[in-house]
This record gives sequence, structure tokens and C-alpha cells, in this order.
Amino acid sequence: MSDQSTTPSLYAAREPIFPRRVSGKFRSLKWVILFVTLGIYYALPWIRWDRGPGIPDQAVLLDLAGRRFYFFWIEIWPHEFYFVAGLLVMAGLGLFLFTSALGRVWCGYACPQTVWTDLYIAVERWVEGDRNARLRLHRQKGWDLRKARLRITKWTLWLLIGLATGGAWVFYFADAPTLFRDLITLQAHPVAYTTMAILTGTTFLFGGFAREQICNYACPWPRIQAAMMDEHTLTVAYRSWRGEPRKHSEEVDEGAEMGDCIDCMACVNVCPAGIDIRDGQQLECITCALCIDACDDVMEKIGKPRGLIDYMALTDEDAERAGNPPRSVWSHVFRPRVILYTALWSVVGLALVFALFIRSDVEFTVAPVRNPTFVTLSDGSIRNTYDIRLRNKDFEGRTMRVTVHGDPSYRVQLEGSAYESVAVPPNSTLLQRVYVVAPRGSGPAEADTTSLRFWVEGLGGGDRSYHDTTFNGRGAQ
Amino acid sequence: MSNQKKNEDGYGTTGHEWDGIEEWNNPLPRWWLWTFYLTIIWGVGYTIAYPAWPLISQATGGLLGYSTRAELAEDLEAARLANAGIDERLATVDLAAVSDDAELLQYANSMGASVFRTYCSQCHGSGAAGVQAAGYPNLLDDAWLWGGTVDEIQYTVRHGIRNEDDPDARWSEMPAFGEILTEEEIAQTVNYVMSLSGNATDPALVEAGETVYLDNCAACHGDEGLGDIYQGAPNLADAIWLYGGDVETLTETVTYSRFGVMPPWSERLSEAEIRGVALYVHGLGGGE
Repeated sequence: MSDQSTTPSLYAAREPIFPRRVSGKFRSLKWVILFVTLGIYYALPWIRWDRGPGIPDQAVLLDLAGRRFYFFWIEIWPHEFYFVAGLLVMAGLGLFLFTSALGRVWCGYACPQTVWTDLYIAVERWVEGDRNARLRLHRQKGWDLRKARLRITKWTLWLLIGLATGGAWVFYFADAPTLFRDLITLQAHPVAYTTMAILTGTTFLFGGFAREQICNYACPWPRIQAAMMDEHTLTVAYRSWRGEPRKHSEEVDEGAEMGDCIDCMACVNVCPAGIDIRDGQQLECITCALCIDACDDVMEKIGKPRGLIDYMALTDEDAERAGNPPRSVWSHVFRPRVILYTALWSVVGLALVFALFIRSDVEFTVAPVRNPTFVTLSDGSIRNTYDIRLRNKDFEGRTMRVTVHGDPSYRVQLEGSAYESVAVPPNSTLLQRVYVVAPRGSGPAEADTTSLRFWVEGLGGGDRSYHDTTFNGRGAQ
Repeated sequence: MSNQKKNEDGYGTTGHEWDGIEEWNNPLPRWWLWTFYLTIIWGVGYTIAYPAWPLISQATGGLLGYSTRAELAEDLEAARLANAGIDERLATVDLAAVSDDAELLQYANSMGASVFRTYCSQCHGSGAAGVQAAGYPNLLDDAWLWGGTVDEIQYTVRHGIRNEDDPDARWSEMPAFGEILTEEEIAQTVNYVMSLSGNATDPALVEAGETVYLDNCAACHGDEGLGDIYQGAPNLADAIWLYGGDVETLTETVTYSRFGVMPPWSERLSEAEIRGVALYVHGLGGGE
């Protein structure tokens, strides 16, 4: 057993992290991504898209009550949920693709946890000052008026961002202007308030306080991605062969040749995960590349080449130690594995686009009523019943004609109608009971089963489709 | 522990080793511990707020007074209130005009279907095809003993058939001809009746049966055997048999008679429900 006096605590408090401000090309890229993604997220529900009277005019709407998903000119019905499944498959393959090519690029730039944490840190810096000011505030014992004012201002801003985040979420599920008015006037459904409250709370907690703890302890992605990376995967790394031995290092003798690293801690101070990239690849590193910006800045100032910390693959280390020039990023990105993922991703994407274009405006399903299998009518003819669901995906009402093909003796009848056609309201499904009668003595009436084909034709549009089923006769008994 | 390796934070390994891979014994984050305690507090609070602890006769009720039964009652009441308006419309509308009101017809059909499955399917079957062996009529075909218009169907549902509970019940009574006719005459009648739908097997019996039929049966079933919905007399000339159309079954029917009953539903179903189920049955394919 280990020595009692050195037994460390079973539980550790979070080490607070105070990332310093940094500027550079990766920081700029991250700002752009932050504004674009958050901009899309907050603005999308407010875009209008006219579809006709009585149909939602919101460009992107998940209408759960009406069982429709509207996305600009595309409308997804519940039976077309495979589109959503396809998009999820694409999202999964996309993650594989980006991970094998660029490592944890999702974590570093696009993950909501990263983006919102970035925003929260920016607010924190704006209110309380940069790293050193925040550190002083953190270490200040006791509360004075200034600390209280800064903290309350920061938390209020965080809560407002959280509220906007939760608010934007619910707007995707209902007409945004109406819901907004209802929310303000306290008329909205409790589910809207509860959802907003939960999302406000989680955003506030995860972006403000939990931050990298979510990545380290709650998120499975850092574990999964280890299985998808290989020695050619791009990752953020420190050129230790160039940087070591560091200046200020105690192990270095006076006058010995020094590495480029001046141990200024810039890379550590800007890191939102609170790690030292010079220790090598680590679970906590989300490859946000801010340390690259910080180090390049320092290298510039001391007149050394940039790229002491850089995007590179693990194979580069061996090559560069051997004195070869660094390989270009693109030679790492284009390799069979990445091309395979790209191909798979494209195939699924093309299949979805194809499926989207071949969708017919006239769709129907046929459910033969098999309780009972057939009915004998008083004149001895045999009748089969079919429940036909006619889907009109148009935003205008249409008349659909139902006809049967197969045996010439079939006669078709629509329940509640003297005609072969029926009006289907816009954007809806109509359940129509359809009877097919075969007279006594005819082939289908006396046989066990006979094949039957339903045709449904949208009048005035020319769209039509068919469905094969069977007709049960007396022979079944 | 023989392995005294320490990482830079001073933590050793767990001592577990798999193929040379060891596990650092790093500490848990403290907030995990808090979260764990919170779940325990939440769990205890939950059992206080909601019914949980089993006692001798029943479980503790919980401070919030929640019960699934009360929730169900609330849901049913909410559904009743939500449908009150359309139920009222259905209960007062002219039945012949319902087909002009698509919304009302759809509501009546859905509601009628659930009423049918609850109260009618025991005899008529969930598909409304009846049970011939037991004489429960098939409601899908176009043969009606008491008429197949919505109005006639709702009358039958409301008052039932041959029951003592409702003075307005449909009533008809075929005599048991075993006490009136000889066995030979019954055989002749049966063959004549079968000939009406083209199913006779013995021409000699058919000819003799015609006289017996006209003397004894035609008063109700008509000279041509077409039946009479005002007396509930079945059509004997069509392809449909209530109890079966073979010699044996028909002989039994003529000898002993049949006496199918249906209870009146006016006491147990609301006005809207009676109309709903009548419209549903009417829309099953045989409605006139």
C-alpha cells in the first residue's frame, strides 16, 4: 500500500483557467466561424418562406404537432424520415472524414460547447479584463463593490446569452413571431418556458463554469476520435526538436546551444483547456490552434521562424528530426482513408439528393382490409375493401382519381362518393375506403387470389403512381 | 502495491495492468461527487413528493398528491370537454345531412369506430363481419334485416332487437313450424326456399314446396321471397344467409325458428355515440 502521507485526495477541484487574449489567423478564423454559426442559429427561425394560405410560412420549421418538417423549398413528411436518417449518417461520416483528415477540428472550431465557451470567455474578458486582471480578481479575498459589480455584470450577460440560446431553440418548433409574442405576454405553452429555462441553465453552466470539464469528462468524442486518428492525421503539435532545450531551463549549462523556445508561457496562457502543448498530444487538447497564434506572435518578435507550434502530423516528427523539410498539409489530407470517407459521404449525399428529386407529388399507400378477407353481396358478387391513404404534398388542393387494373370484371367504388375521384385538401393525407367488386361467376370472384393494381392520378397535374395488391375471392374458403 | 510509479501530479497507478497498459489513479472531479450527492437528495425528495414507499394497505401518497388514476380522469375529462362542441353538433344534426359536413363525418366515423369496438364487436366482430354460425349479422354487406339507412340503423342501435328492456325494440317472431307442418312439408319448403337463389337440389320437392311456402311463409317473406324490412323478414332470394343456406341449417331454422336478440343502447350510450356508431356502420360498405 502506498504511504498514507502521500496519498492524494480522491477528488480534485477544477483548476480555474484564465485564457489570455490572442490574435492571429486561427483566432480570426474562429471569430468568423463563431459569428457565422451563431448568426445562422439565431436568425434562421425568423426567415419567412411563403408556401400558400394556411401553411406555415417559416423557412425552417419542425412542426411536431402537424408532423411536417419544413426546410425552405423542401418539405419532409413523417414517412420520409429516412431523409433525416440520411442526414445523420452524413453527419456521422462527416465527423469521421474531418477527424481522419484534420483531427479534432470539430472540437476546436465548430462544436457548440467550444463556440459558446469562446463567446462566454470573450464576455468575461470584456467585463473583467484580460488574464492578469481576471487572475487578480479571482485571488482577491473577500468581496468588495467592484468585484460584485463585475461578477454580476458578467453573470447577467451570460444569462442573457443563455436565454437567447434557449429562446432561439424553441423558435424552430413553432411560428417564431407568434411564439415570441406569446412568450412576452406569458401566453406560451409551459413546455416552451421549461425548454427555454433548461437550455438557459445548461448554456450558463456549461459555457460559464464547466467549460473544458464537459470535453474532458462528459463528451465521448475525445475517446472516439482516438480510434479514428492515425500518424498522418493533422494535429496541433510542438516542434520539440527545434524548441528544446528551452531558455530558463535549469538543466541547460551556461553557454550551451539553446532551442527556439524561450519558455514565455504564451502557449499555455492562451489555452482554453489549460494544458501545455509542449507536453505532446493530450486528451484535453481540442486543437483550437490558439497556441499556434500565440507562439507565432512571439517567434516574430524574437526574429525566429514561425511554426514552433504548428499543425502537423506525427510522421512529420521523424522526418524532420532526420533533417527533411516539413511536408505540406495537403499531402497529409489527401490519402486513401480520407478519400474513402469523402466517397462514402458523397454517395449518401447524392442518394439523398436523388431521392429528393424523384419524389412524386402523388403518393398513396394501400392497406387491404383483411377482416374479413371478402364480403359476399346479395347478388352473389364478391367485394374486397382497401384503405387507401392519398397524400397530397402540394400546397394546393387536388382531385385524385383512383382506378383499378388487372381483371376486366373489377368495378371500383369510393366510399361516400358516386365518382372515381376524390378531393384531397392541400398538404394533407386523406384516408379513403375503396371497394372493388367482382361479379358472381367472374374469375376473381371464384378464384383464391387475383392480382390487382391501383392507379392514382392527380387530375390536372399529370402525376400518377401505382400500387400492387391482391383481390381475395370465394376460392379462399 | 509494488508499483510506486507516480505521475507529475503525484498520483500513482491503480495497480491494474492489461498487456503492459496501466491506469493512472487520477482523482475524480469534485463536482462529480456533488452531482452524485445531489442525485441522492433528489431521489429521496422524489419518494417524498410522489407515491413510493409501500405500507401495509397502500403506498405512501406523496406530498404532491399525484396519482395515475387521477391523471387519467383528468385526461378523460379534458377529452370530453374538447369534444363537447362537436358532440353537441352531432347529437342535433340532421343525420341525412352529415355527409355534407366533412369534419363532422370524419369525427363521427372515428368516434363511432371506437364505440363499435367497445360495445358491438363482441357479437358482430371487430371487422363487423358478424358470425354466421351464431346468427350475428354481417354489417358489411348490402342485406339489411331492418333497413340500412343511417336513420334505420340508429333506430336499431337505440332500441335493439327482440328485447324486453325497450318497448320500442324491433320485434318479429317466426313461428316454429315443427309444430305446424309435417317433416315432409318442411323438407319441401326448404328446397323451395333454396330454389329462390338457384341452389335447389331436388326439383320434385321444390314444386311441392311452392304451395306450402305461399300458404305459410309468403305473408312475411313475400311471394317472391324478397323479405320485408318493416317486419324484419329476411330476403330469401339473395346470396346471403343469416344462419346458413344448406339443407340441414334451413331445416332447423324452419322447424324451431330463430330468435336473435340485440340489447337497446339508448341507456348506455350518449346521443352522439349512438349517431356516431350508426354513421360508422353505415359507412362500412353496405349503407343505403
